[in-house]
Amino acid sequence: MIEVRGISKRYREELVLRDITTALPTGKMVAFIGGNGAGKSTMLNIICRLIEPTGGTVRVDGRELKEWPSRELARVLTILGQSLHTPARLTVEELVAFGRFPHSGGRLTEADRRKIREALDFTGIWDLRARFLDELSGGQRQMAYIAMAIAQDTRYIFLDEPLNNLDMSRAVRIMKLLGRLVREREKTIYIVIHDINFVSFYADYVVALRKGVLCRQGPAEEMIRPEVLRAVYDMDIAIEPYGGKQFCVYYE
Amino acid sequence: MGLRVVQWGSLLALGVFSILVGSFDLAAGDLWNMAWFRLLGLVRSLAGSGVGAEEFSRLRALWEDQLEMKWEILMISRIPRLCSILVAGSSLAITGLIMQRITNNRFVSPTTAGTMEWCRFGVMIAILYFPDASPFWRVGAAFLVSLVGTSCFLGVIARVRHGNVILVPLIGMMLGGVVNAGATFYAYQYDIVQNMASWLQGSFALVIEGNYELLYAGIPLMILAYLYADLFTIAGMGRTAAVALGLNHAGIMRVGLVIVSIISSITIVEVGYLPFIGLIVPNIVSIFRGDAVRKILFDTAWLGAVLVLVCDVAGRMIIPPFEIPIGVILSVVGGVVFLSLILNKRSYA
Repeated sequence: MIEVRGISKRYREELVLRDITTALPTGKMVAFIGGNGAGKSTMLNIICRLIEPTGGTVRVDGRELKEWPSRELARVLTILGQSLHTPARLTVEELVAFGRFPHSGGRLTEADRRKIREALDFTGIWDLRARFLDELSGGQRQMAYIAMAIAQDTRYIFLDEPLNNLDMSRAVRIMKLLGRLVREREKTIYIVIHDINFVSFYADYVVALRKGVLCRQGPAEEMIRPEVLRAVYDMDIAIEPYGGKQFCVYYE
Repeated sequence: MGLRVVQWGSLLALGVFSILVGSFDLAAGDLWNMAWFRLLGLVRSLAGSGVGAEEFSRLRALWEDQLEMKWEILMISRIPRLCSILVAGSSLAITGLIMQRITNNRFVSPTTAGTMEWCRFGVMIAILYFPDASPFWRVGAAFLVSLVGTSCFLGVIARVRHGNVILVPLIGMMLGGVVNAGATFYAYQYDIVQNMASWLQGSFALVIEGNYELLYAGIPLMILAYLYADLFTIAGMGRTAAVALGLNHAGIMRVGLVIVSIISSITIVEVGYLPFIGLIVPNIVSIFRGDAVRKILFDTAWLGAVLVLVCDVAGRMIIPPFEIPIGVILSVVGGVVFLSLILNKRSYA
């Protein structure tokens, strides 16, 4: 369970997060939504100890972040950042093996190798394992990073805009895979997504931020409503039922 | 396994060949006779002087006639030179590998980050203010100054991280140029320009027994680099990835920086400025073997040693009995390789 109490973040004069207090549900796919600069990434980064909050505390499984040794916390939660980096020339298998680092510290045991194999299988990139990352397509590379997070075998997985720059079919494949992680492996996934229809179709729970304030959170079916989305995005979004799901139309 | 055999074999062959090249004539047969003489002497001391008496007296005559002098040249000059080349080449290649990984930029190395220039600045301060200090203290001064300087460089590039990959080494070279200008200005003021110039030109010609051993400090540092190998690879994947795996990103950067600064300082003081090794060697290795530091550490060290050895031997053979300083040859070779790497960048980076 992840609890956030009164966190705020100030960059110079600008408050990007204001006094956010909430408890995030577990065992679900939880989507963070909001416009650019709403503070979604900042919030994820604070929870994952990547940046210090200006004020407030985060508790993971009842323990404050500061009390967690970093390596121990790395066996409980992991984050996949936005991929701004040029990839190193690692093979897929080498990359995924680094996911075991918090467990084995670089000396792979038989159990580690099994986890690596499973992660490669689960993501369907077993055949690519000997290829270098910089020779893969964007979608395959994203899959490799996700396999690394799976190999890390943490209860909580945070993903910051994992669908960026992916075509529709790859984005759908990644969302389905993440859904299977939640259902089959009881992982909790926290994910920042911009396309509201991916949220509507795949997320169980939604946390909405607007200008650094937590404006609303709740189960997806309560959140995908015109009045809620209007409050979050400042625009009119029509919602059409489609095969038991809600389809959001925001094109004019 | 086969690759390792080829690597060790070629290194051995090149090493033996390099021992034979020089203004004083030394033939492979001499090496053989020396080894045979020493071995036979050992056998006789164990098994009694009756063994191989005839052969031994032949060798002894040969020894007193000319081999003894050749042996001294071997022990005082040729072998120290070979050892210093191997250590300097491999450790400099590894500094480049570490810097490229922790900055995640293929164009960063002690040459392009200004580290070498800071080292020279440190040496100059040592010469100016502590003229009688031993090489050890010169290395100390170079280390401190280059550590501060390279940290400044990393601080600067952390602020332009979204910039072009070419921008980062350009900033480093600019900083290095400024430091160099400052150093030259002071050197001119205190009339030690000549002295400084000798630090600029890398050469193994002056290496003899007793004045190069500080280079061996590079060996434990290479072992340290091996222990940190995975951490450097992870640091190169970015701060987010490192923290997500429970590692202290800043701490890894610091360790890398200290290793790089110490090795660069020692090489500057002991053999001078050897450009481009840290830049081109890791790039070439990366094409074939990737960037996983643990996997390629040995290959990088090997290629660094081979490159420096080949360039040094070439320098001795081109215009005998004179010698072209290795710094000059490395600049030419390194420049050409570096250019072709940039032009072919798309194909692998």
